[in-house]
Amino acid sequence: MTPTYGGRVQTRFFTLLVIGGLWTLIIAPFLPGGGSLGQRYQATFTVLALVFLIGIPWDGIWYFLQQFRWEKDWPIMYQLLTGIPEGIVVWLVLKTRNVPGHPIITGAAFDIHFTTVWILTWLFAIGPMRVPFLRWRFRGGRII
Amino acid sequence: MPGGFFDPGVERTTAAAGDLTDELLQQPYWTEQMLIKAGIPIVEVPFVTVGGGMGSFAVVDYLRIAGVPTNKIKVLTAIEKPWTTYQHLTTVSQVPPGERLRSDSASCIDNIWGFPSFALREAAAAKGIIKKLDPLWNVFSEPVLTNYFTPRAGQVFAGQANEANRIDWFSMVALGQVRMVRKRHGGGYFTILTPPLGTSETKRVAYKSRWVHIAIGYPGLRFLPDLQEYRTRTQDYVHVVNAYEPHEHVYEELLRMPGTVIVRGGGIAASRILQRLIDDRDYRGAKTQIVHLFRTYIDGPTGDSIFWRRPGGDGWSYQGFNWPKAGWGGQIKVKLEHLEGEERKKYFDSMAGTTTPKRKLWMKQLARGRKEGWYKTYTGAVEEVVQGPGNTVTTRIKTKDGVLEIPANFIIDSTGLEADIREHRVLADLLDFGGAEKNVLGKLSVTRKFEIVGTRNENGRMYAVGSATLGSYYSVVDSFLGVQCAGLAVADDLADQGFCKKIGVGRSISQWWKWTLNRKV
Repeated sequence: MTPTYGGRVQTRFFTLLVIGGLWTLIIAPFLPGGGSLGQRYQATFTVLALVFLIGIPWDGIWYFLQQFRWEKDWPIMYQLLTGIPEGIVVWLVLKTRNVPGHPIITGAAFDIHFTTVWILTWLFAIGPMRVPFLRWRFRGGRII
Repeated sequence: MPGGFFDPGVERTTAAAGDLTDELLQQPYWTEQMLIKAGIPIVEVPFVTVGGGMGSFAVVDYLRIAGVPTNKIKVLTAIEKPWTTYQHLTTVSQVPPGERLRSDSASCIDNIWGFPSFALREAAAAKGIIKKLDPLWNVFSEPVLTNYFTPRAGQVFAGQANEANRIDWFSMVALGQVRMVRKRHGGGYFTILTPPLGTSETKRVAYKSRWVHIAIGYPGLRFLPDLQEYRTRTQDYVHVVNAYEPHEHVYEELLRMPGTVIVRGGGIAASRILQRLIDDRDYRGAKTQIVHLFRTYIDGPTGDSIFWRRPGGDGWSYQGFNWPKAGWGGQIKVKLEHLEGEERKKYFDSMAGTTTPKRKLWMKQLARGRKEGWYKTYTGAVEEVVQGPGNTVTTRIKTKDGVLEIPANFIIDSTGLEADIREHRVLADLLDFGGAEKNVLGKLSVTRKFEIVGTRNENGRMYAVGSATLGSYYSVVDSFLGVQCAGLAVADDLADQGFCKKIGVGRSISQWWKWTLNRKV
């Protein structure tokens, strides 16, 4: 799939919500660090929300960089590696302690949660996503 | 040539009952009575696809998966299998089944979802961990650290054979040459088929349908004018050949005795042919001297803007596939859909041009040839091709340093020029009688839903896909994924008219599951 800007944002939203959401439901109780189950879910779902919201400007940057490529495509390797700067920024934002709800998550828990979510959503988007959404790849990654 | 791809005009000369009459030939609209009067039998079926190659296969695959029964679809074709023509063209242009095509891993003509992709399937079938990881690493790192993964021709044909069986393709086929499609008084169309001799009681059979889909492939191949002139004048079809016609004798002859061959063109076919010539030097003892003639020599990236610059060098323009990748479903597709007239033509022109994929093997081979002196390039316009002493052919080219004469034993035209769409008589008939129009590139004008502009007839609609439609709202019409995208657009439009169900999320998942289990649709 060679993304358009709208397609990037829609795909990000869907994969984080469905794949990220399901995985978070499973993994949150087992992450290192303390806190009640409610606090764990609050923190990890806040991370997902931040990855989406901060991702909207990120997608603008990635789309801009894509314009330098003749093919106007986005190699799947880049799609994976962009997780590194995105993850760092989400962590820095969390550390400001100004995030609504003041979620508490340790560095180790964040690393495990963010990395696994990123890899799983990436794996889903580079293949299985096309199974439910037949037209997605012909629409630059838009679902609707 | 197999099938009717390049010789749509071949017909029987023996008189038979049920032939076209002057009245039919002259009337743009036909009635059942006119056909009955001419003795032509009428077969009724809602959907007819003409061609029976990749374009037809793609749309029929969607329709069958959308739940259309086989008795509602007819495939009118001159080729026995949907990959016959494709296989012929790739084989003669030096892509035997074991070699790789110029097609993306997820462009699966045998799987509408493109998942599992060809790379995944190749990994699954490979023996040993290294061989399994190889295609996976390739798709992961392409095109940054590696060249684009491309499937082997044999893998594609085997997959398609399986899918053809799964959707009962062969039960929908009617063999023969399609002569024309005409509008029917009251709506829909009549498609005239000339079945093979002895298989039908009448010379022609008419298929009456509400929908017609035209996927006839290349209207025809065109030779470089100077080479065409040479062949016509000298009747020498041995020393001057086209990359897309059988020319194995060239390689055989060059193995028997050292010789010089001129390769003309800067596209993928030229790359393939150079590889074959060099492989023959490396592994079979040929002593061939290769002269590569460029019309335009690309010595670096081209394009005026940093946002619109195509890589190039050593004479070639480099591009992964036949159009920039975002043409299949990304920003280029979206942009084209919003451009009209001259603006669309300009946009096409800015992406056009002959290209070849950047492949390490080819670059290494050519670098070695340049160093060792058996691969030389020249740039210029050919003035004339004439017979030389012995069995040679002399090419006279005008370069910036003056006129140059290059003698050679063989010339291979790899430019792959396409003929005017009028060369195909089904298309010519549509232009003359069906109301079809030409688009900004002089090819068949189709809408964003691939309906042929000007051919709608009451409740009937006619669609077209493939290279004949280039210049409309989609650039990649001549590719696996391109015909699939077009096929889906047509299937969706047919669903809107009530012919079939639209493949939604639920049906897509359940049908994909059937595919993975290799169960019939």
